[in-house]
Amino acid sequence: MPSALPEGEPAPPDGRLPASSLAGLGSRPFGIYVHVPYCAVRCGYCDFNTYTATELGGGASQQAYAGTAAAELTLARGVLGALDLPVATVFFGGGTPTLLPPDDLGGLVRRIRDDFGLVEGAEVTTEANPDSVDAESLHRLREAGFTRVSFGMQSAVPHVLRTLDRTHDPDRVALAVGWARAAGFEGVSLDLIYGTPGESLTDWRTSIEAALACEPDHVSAYALVVEEGTRLAGQVRRGELAAPDDDALADRYLLADDLLGVSGMAWYEISNWARADHQQARHNEGYWLGHDWWGIGPGAHSHVGGTRWWNVKHPSAYSARLTAGSSPAYAREVLTAEQQRVERVLLGIRLREGHPLDDLTPIGRSAADQAVTDELLDRSAQANGRAALTLRGRLLADAVVRDLLD
Amino acid sequence: MPASRPTDEPVPSRTDAAILRNFCIIAHIDHGKSTLADRMLQLTGVVDERTMRAQYLDRMDIERERGITIKSQAVRLPYAADDGTVYALNMIDTPGHVDFTYEVSRSLAACEGTVLLVDAAQGIEAQTLANLYLALENDLQIIPVLNKIDLPSAQPGKYAAEIAHIIGCDSDDVLRVSAKTGEGVRELLEKIVRDVPPPVGDPHAPARAMIFDSVYDVYRGVVTYVRVIDGHLSSRERILMLSTRAQHDLLEIGVISPEPSPTEGLGVGEVGYLITGVKDVRQSKVGDTVTTATKPATRALGGYKDPKPMVFSGLYPVDGDDYPDLRDALERLQLNDAALLWEPETSAALGFGFRCGFLGLLHLEIVRERLEREFDLNLIATAPNVVYRVAMDDGGERVVTNPSEFPEGKIAEVFEPVVRATILAPSDYIGSIMDLCQTRRGTLQGMDYLSEERVELRYSLPLAEIVFDFFDNLKSRTRGYASLDYEVEGEQAAALVKVDILLQGETVDAFSAVVHRDKAYAYGVQMTQRLRELIPRQQFEVPIQAAIGARIIARESIRAIRKDVLAKCYGGDITRKRKLLEKQKEGKKRMKMVGRVEVPQEAFIAALSTDSPAEKTRR
Ligand SMILES: Nc1nc2c(ncn2[C@@H]2O[C@H](COP(=O)(O)OP(=O)(O)OP(=O)(O)O)[C@@H](O)[C@H]2O)c(=O)[nH]1
Ligand SMILES: C[S@@+](CC[C@H](N)C(=O)[O-])C[C@H]1O[C@@H](n2cnc3c(N)ncnc32)[C@H](O)[C@@H]1O
Ligand code: SF4
Ligand SMILES: [Mg+2]
Repeated sequence: MPSALPEGEPAPPDGRLPASSLAGLGSRPFGIYVHVPYCAVRCGYCDFNTYTATELGGGASQQAYAGTAAAELTLARGVLGALDLPVATVFFGGGTPTLLPPDDLGGLVRRIRDDFGLVEGAEVTTEANPDSVDAESLHRLREAGFTRVSFGMQSAVPHVLRTLDRTHDPDRVALAVGWARAAGFEGVSLDLIYGTPGESLTDWRTSIEAALACEPDHVSAYALVVEEGTRLAGQVRRGELAAPDDDALADRYLLADDLLGVSGMAWYEISNWARADHQQARHNEGYWLGHDWWGIGPGAHSHVGGTRWWNVKHPSAYSARLTAGSSPAYAREVLTAEQQRVERVLLGIRLREGHPLDDLTPIGRSAADQAVTDELLDRSAQANGRAALTLRGRLLADAVVRDLLD
Repeated sequence: MPASRPTDEPVPSRTDAAILRNFCIIAHIDHGKSTLADRMLQLTGVVDERTMRAQYLDRMDIERERGITIKSQAVRLPYAADDGTVYALNMIDTPGHVDFTYEVSRSLAACEGTVLLVDAAQGIEAQTLANLYLALENDLQIIPVLNKIDLPSAQPGKYAAEIAHIIGCDSDDVLRVSAKTGEGVRELLEKIVRDVPPPVGDPHAPARAMIFDSVYDVYRGVVTYVRVIDGHLSSRERILMLSTRAQHDLLEIGVISPEPSPTEGLGVGEVGYLITGVKDVRQSKVGDTVTTATKPATRALGGYKDPKPMVFSGLYPVDGDDYPDLRDALERLQLNDAALLWEPETSAALGFGFRCGFLGLLHLEIVRERLEREFDLNLIATAPNVVYRVAMDDGGERVVTNPSEFPEGKIAEVFEPVVRATILAPSDYIGSIMDLCQTRRGTLQGMDYLSEERVELRYSLPLAEIVFDFFDNLKSRTRGYASLDYEVEGEQAAALVKVDILLQGETVDAFSAVVHRDKAYAYGVQMTQRLRELIPRQQFEVPIQAAIGARIIARESIRAIRKDVLAKCYGGDITRKRKLLEKQKEGKKRMKMVGRVEVPQEAFIAALSTDSPAEKTRR
């Protein structure tokens, strides 16, 4: 089941934004996220806003989706005004964007280029499930302007993939990466999950080594989270599967950081490693650094100049809103200065560069001193005025944030 | 069976003492006092079928939920007897639990007779005896009654003999009733009218009325319950409290029947209530004598001993901001509960709170529950303890009601309260009861056979050993057949030590306990293990130690937490992340800091909760 949306204040039907939020628009990198809410099967652990195709009908079919999303792009262009606003990053996520025909995805990229323009060297990414692409489709995506692809590999171990309900053959990942290279993608990323019930430390090592063997430019490694309302949560509750153990997750993380590091990939965000700085996921960096982006699609989240809003969750409701000519926004929040600061610290601390200490209160700064003593924050970074996590600190980042924001 | 209220009811204030009968119902807990009172309310027509409910006089929510009586209740009943006279009966239903024995003693002082009720399926139990002895001390006419004769398991013949044996009557004098069906209740009322002597007093003497209860009511202020001994009290009169010499205008005087109803006054022997508009029950003290300002009496009636708290516990608000509210709530409760004592104290671990004295664990539980429910407070209670007297080498002396204040250093001797406990049980269980008392440092004082199968054991036991789980243990060893009563008898010197619990080297005052030297190790091991389970892992390893002075007697440690980070991709849903952080910070606020260790409230509550406190709810 997709997880619930946050509550917030009502969003205006025409999608209008407060003038204060529009003020600095264009001075920060601008991105567009396109959510594609479809999957062939739903994985038991997943609470993303996605639906298996046969669940939906009416105006929410996969065939109609590109058209509906394009309507929201038009609305976005209107709301953001005549301002010249070339897009720095585009990210198609899901769900499984690659369930849509490459032409549909390509068509949307073209719409973005036509309506907003793309900056020179823009990053255009799509997520892809390994078995939802082939040499041909990747080739067409590349031609349509995609520069980067992120494959949901998750694991290389068959029993782990089975527990995760993943449908792809482990060998398919290497093939897909090869096809992407052949098609000329500039960046190839692999997503991994660790801590799956039944996964041993050796299994995890196998998965990392298999991922590295594909020579990706970027790796995301996520700790399995048992989300409420998912099939996995039910299995854990009934005792059919063991809940991931924090100590085991810590060991997995350390192993990943070690193996990835040895093979030349450096961490730059708690769950992300890149072969070189220019291979970092720039679109995601926009989220972490508080840049502006418009999220297209059901349940998609947007942020412009301190206003966050999110669309109605269900594709049918989403399509109905746009068909009626109104904004699909479900609710929004206009952040106070303090809320913005909290978010800056919360997200910024997760990055290798860390966050400026002068964004903290005096109490927060003394908490930072303590965290340095406790070897959770890096001493030399502190000398340079920044709160940056040590390896141990990365594993305790949420606790550090709570202390710094006291 | 229900009757209508007699039309020619004796009018309060003008009732001839000769047709008054004042009695109370006493029994072991659960033997059916309140149910019997129900039947009397119906038989005399003061409560009709429609308004009747089981245990009508258990008016407090907490009494109804737990199915036990906590406060005595006096009711005036007009009873048309077989002899053609309509009598005015004053019936007082009393609590059976040992914690509330003082309520029974006060009620007895307002009566000439008492119904000693015994469950015909259980026989005599410890509080039956305790209450009987109280009644005998007050020189009351005793009417022995077997209840629950409708039960298939009832053995009226056998238990009538038991009762006869103890009070020295004939088995045939023991009435048999069923408070459930009403069988025999009319006969009981007839016997009360016949056997209980009418009150005697001088109607022309200056008024003297004994205060036997004083209750604060939000709407009416202090309501004072009195029994008139001599003279007469009238409405709109100025009254004088003999001990304080305070004068008050009588705003209302009346009787409870079964709801308060104002009358012209109260005459000799009558039981009723007074309202003077005072807001503080301390101005209307239980045991004091009320007289009139115009024609005051000079000699006070014999008062009551103030109930003495035996068990102490610190009560702290979970949210420190509620401290003033807790103080107000305690003040309010104290208005109705003279047995509740408290004074402010501070705990390094728990903040500002109050050290409270209670009559026993049930009393503690009830006060705590009322504070939480009626005043919407969230409380932490420290583990209950008794009071210790510590004689120092230098001749000084300290009275300790809070274990963390147990003196360090040159202690000559420590004294603890001891009780005289009476245990009644089938003789089969003697061995196992003796075992239990042995492990609780008891000394056998005597043993009597009440009948062939039932034995009374008298023990001297440290109070600290019996207030907690002794009763549950006793019950389980005797398959529920044993009953216990106790009374503080004095104090004794004992080898007592203070065990401290340290988190990361810092003493957590709320966990300090005074225990016998032989049990210190077990206590230390139990607490350290419990805390290891309850305290969440921190960013660093946390040693937990139990110590007597500087000597460590047990240790555990909480391993450092290694992962506390959400490492999943949430895309652009930053709001969710921020809300999660806000929630976590809320949780952190509710933590108490012990040095650098964050201890959740729940850990304190769980660690401090005794395994099995007082008797539990039954209905
Ligand atoms: N079968 C049967 N049950 C009875 C009778 N009298 C009372 N009970 C039950 O015994 C239980 C205790 O009755 P109460 O009237 O509350 O006893 P109590 O003596 O007032 O109890 P405390 O006030 O707590 O000391 C209840 O469940 C009653 O329904 C009776 O005559 N027959
Ligand atoms: C938007 S999701 C899905 C992308 C794509 N449909 C796929 O599954 O490959 C992006 C990544 O989040 C991670 N993820 C999803 N659910 C997760 C969970 N419950 N715990 C940890 N990681 C999760 C997976 O690694 C997944 O590849
Ligand atoms: S394929 Fe990806 S988005 Fe779809 S259900 Fe599985 S994890 Fe979720
Ligand atoms: Mg009762």
